[in-house]
Amino acid sequence: MKRALIVLCVATLCALTLLTGACSRKSKQPAPLQATATGATIVESSGGKQIGYIGMPLDQPVVVQVNDASGGAVTGAAVYFRGSSGVMFAPASALTDSSGQVTTTVSLGQQAGRYRVVASARDASGKRIEVTLDEIALGYQQTLGAQLNAQYCIRCHDSESSSLRVSNMDNLSVKPHAFTEGDILNKMSDADLVAIISHGGPALNKSAEMPPWGYTLSKSDIAALVAYIRAVADPPYGAGGLVYAQK
Amino acid sequence: MTMTDKLKSLCRFFFGDSARAFGSVSLILLVLLAVSPAKDHFSQWRHYQKQYLHLIRGRADAVTLERHYEGGIQQIWIPEQQVTDRCTTCHLGLKEASLTDVNAVAFRKHPVMPHSLTEFGCTTCHRGQGAATTVEEAHNATEQWEQPLLPAKYIEAGCGQCHLEKQIATPFLNQGRQLISSYGCTRCHTIKRGDGTYIQPEDDPPSLKHIADKTTREWVYAWIKDPQAYAITATMPNYHFSDDDARYVSAFILAQSTPLEPPLQAVSAKPNPDPAAGTSLYGQSFCASCHAMQNAAGMMVGGNVGPELTGIGTKAKPEWIADWVANPSHYDSATMMPHYRFDPTQVATLAGFLESKTEPDFVANVHLDAATSLQIERGKRLVMENGCASCHEINGIKKPENFAPELSRIGSKPISQLLFVGGVEHTLPAYVAAKVRNPRSFGAALKMPQFPFTPQQVDAVTTALLAQTDRAATQPAAMRIASVEQSKYEPAGHAGQLMHDLRCFSCHMINGHGGDMAPDLTWEGTAVTREWLVQFLKNPETLRPALIRRMPKFNLSDADINTLADYMMTVYQTPQFDRDSLPASELTPAMVEQGRELFYSKFACQSCHIADYARDKGYIGPALAGTGKRFNAAWIYHWLKDPQSLRPGTIEPNQHMTDEEAHSLTAFLMSLRSTGAKEVAKK
Repeated sequence: MKRALIVLCVATLCALTLLTGACSRKSKQPAPLQATATGATIVESSGGKQIGYIGMPLDQPVVVQVNDASGGAVTGAAVYFRGSSGVMFAPASALTDSSGQVTTTVSLGQQAGRYRVVASARDASGKRIEVTLDEIALGYQQTLGAQLNAQYCIRCHDSESSSLRVSNMDNLSVKPHAFTEGDILNKMSDADLVAIISHGGPALNKSAEMPPWGYTLSKSDIAALVAYIRAVADPPYGAGGLVYAQK
Repeated sequence: MTMTDKLKSLCRFFFGDSARAFGSVSLILLVLLAVSPAKDHFSQWRHYQKQYLHLIRGRADAVTLERHYEGGIQQIWIPEQQVTDRCTTCHLGLKEASLTDVNAVAFRKHPVMPHSLTEFGCTTCHRGQGAATTVEEAHNATEQWEQPLLPAKYIEAGCGQCHLEKQIATPFLNQGRQLISSYGCTRCHTIKRGDGTYIQPEDDPPSLKHIADKTTREWVYAWIKDPQAYAITATMPNYHFSDDDARYVSAFILAQSTPLEPPLQAVSAKPNPDPAAGTSLYGQSFCASCHAMQNAAGMMVGGNVGPELTGIGTKAKPEWIADWVANPSHYDSATMMPHYRFDPTQVATLAGFLESKTEPDFVANVHLDAATSLQIERGKRLVMENGCASCHEINGIKKPENFAPELSRIGSKPISQLLFVGGVEHTLPAYVAAKVRNPRSFGAALKMPQFPFTPQQVDAVTTALLAQTDRAATQPAAMRIASVEQSKYEPAGHAGQLMHDLRCFSCHMINGHGGDMAPDLTWEGTAVTREWLVQFLKNPETLRPALIRRMPKFNLSDADINTLADYMMTVYQTPQFDRDSLPASELTPAMVEQGRELFYSKFACQSCHIADYARDKGYIGPALAGTGKRFNAAWIYHWLKDPQSLRPGTIEPNQHMTDEEAHSLTAFLMSLRSTGAKEVAKK
């Protein structure tokens, strides 16, 4: 009888070990990098504040740079990336190259919203140094808004010209707000934005150069435009929205 | 005591007499009966429902949320769509407007979507196993079921099962389908859509039947080795030919070529005409509307409808360039390029300009000995093995049939039928994406060539392919929204021949046939006056200052112009109203003044249009300074009342004007009779 018990205990132990083994394999950390140098600061070179789509890689890679105390680039410092839930990096960690930089491709998570990307390294004393970037993921509604924006709004609301489109902003006597101007647009309620898009500038005592779109676009189109405007606002639009996608 | 003895005593203990046996059997039965309710009690979904109740009870709107809550297994059952989805058993907050801020994905409100949950279910778009009630079985591939959730980046594949048309909200699906057409995937792979139609390739790759008239073997060799090295926009994929293979293929391609009928004219060896004149004719003819060329600063300027011309002088022979500029249809009767009717001096000028655009580096290291018959024979075999004739017309080789696997239902292909290679995740989307990204990673001997797709284009093509599911093929026809196909419209008679020769349909749409580079002309006869049309065909003025793409000037004879104008004025009329229904006598000077007021203040039309070149700057819409000469008043009036009814999709907003306002504005616009300060300078 005793022997049976012992066998049982051993079997349970084995099973447990196997289970924990399987679990720990799942959450395995990338092998630590052998840093050959350390820096004093880590800064963003490019790739922040991009507007991407859920689950998709961002158009431009994220590039960060490690500098020493005098601002010179540091080669061989270990940089690790982490982000809010669902963000993936390729690679997730690397040593800085000869110009002190690390480049990674960032894929956003499956929820629309803002994602925080943190690149970290350690300084000579082992203290963690970090730089934080924000990226935006558009879901279905915001994507629809982005498409409508590209078709109807962007030529007046964006001062940038491209090879296919010349900005009309400078031709207007009252300059329209770029949709990223959060400090102004965040103060307007959804109802105000819907009103101004539907009925034109005069609906809110603003310029008639903003025409009414309510007889051209559907209600859901206009709601999508508002969702897009909220999604790309900088600083971010807080009320009600998902500010940072989290676990 | 041996093992057998032990067992025997144990049996005696439990089943020694009838009372003991009865007791034991009852006990076993009881335990067995308890298994099922216990499993149910400790099931995963009950755990989620408890968590959900805990969550909503802590919220301000707990009462409302609790009223909406229903416990137990939930199910959306839509038999005709093969939907049996129990997802809402755990995903309890999908319809709760207030739960947008919840962190747990399982309980959060579903983001805004175009369809209702009750009508379409969950798995229609997201895939996964609808009937499963555990997280693992519902979301991931298991041994019994192998339909995991679709990653969010491919979610538009869900839309593409029913929506065969181009939708504004699905940019990646549209892009993927566009790429499949423009890169000619369906020249080798058949892709049948749910409604029985097929995805068609966008245009015909050049015929190679007379290739020796156009280019050299050296250029062909360099091109097939790496098409994108010649032009980054080249759609021809890379076959990774070895030097020897490229030598053989180029030998065969040149050897099979026959001279064009009638043959090309030799170009006179007279010195190259004025290069400045060539640059200016290239600009005036708006070649850049379709063709890109690298300028002196190294910037690529121009459209991508036709091939890039930066190295055309290296690619094409001088006599071919001259012949092509004179009349492209001679070499390629199916070309999109118009017959410009250049006079001989213009042909020489433009041809000379194009000849000077060379990229000698492209063929600098290509040294080929004369082709031997053995090389040609080997080349022919390679051309047949690689299916070159799927895209190109080649003398002596028939277009192969069923050259590559059909992809009509690739989006539902069972994983058990796929052969994975190392490094590729064992899911269908990962497999398809890997194939599109780098086909030969599945084996160097595979025939599929390397397409020059960016990572984002790979995802777009994968999205379009994943939409080709069993569900898409078998669902009720009422679920499908057909794609808008080009009509077969061709104008008749002499005017029709002229319009074909000028390739009007490469840019303009008429009656559902044609391109989208320039305005739809279906009702042009109602819109414009004959005098204006004649003048415009003679010498197109600049209507949209901000556009790079412009109407080119063709050297049309007066007789041809009259034929075209008569035809368009007669045939291209809207049935909605008569173009003469608003005579000038109805538009009074008082209305003109009122209209001016409306134009500049209430409707602020000057934000997008120019009525007066001295004053206005808006250049989103066409310049209106010559409206009175160009348009018929009735057209203007009806356009102002409802632009989209005359041209669906136009970005001019419907301003919901009253009849009086529209009349006044029409009066003002018809009073604008400027010839236009920015009109293209007459020669």
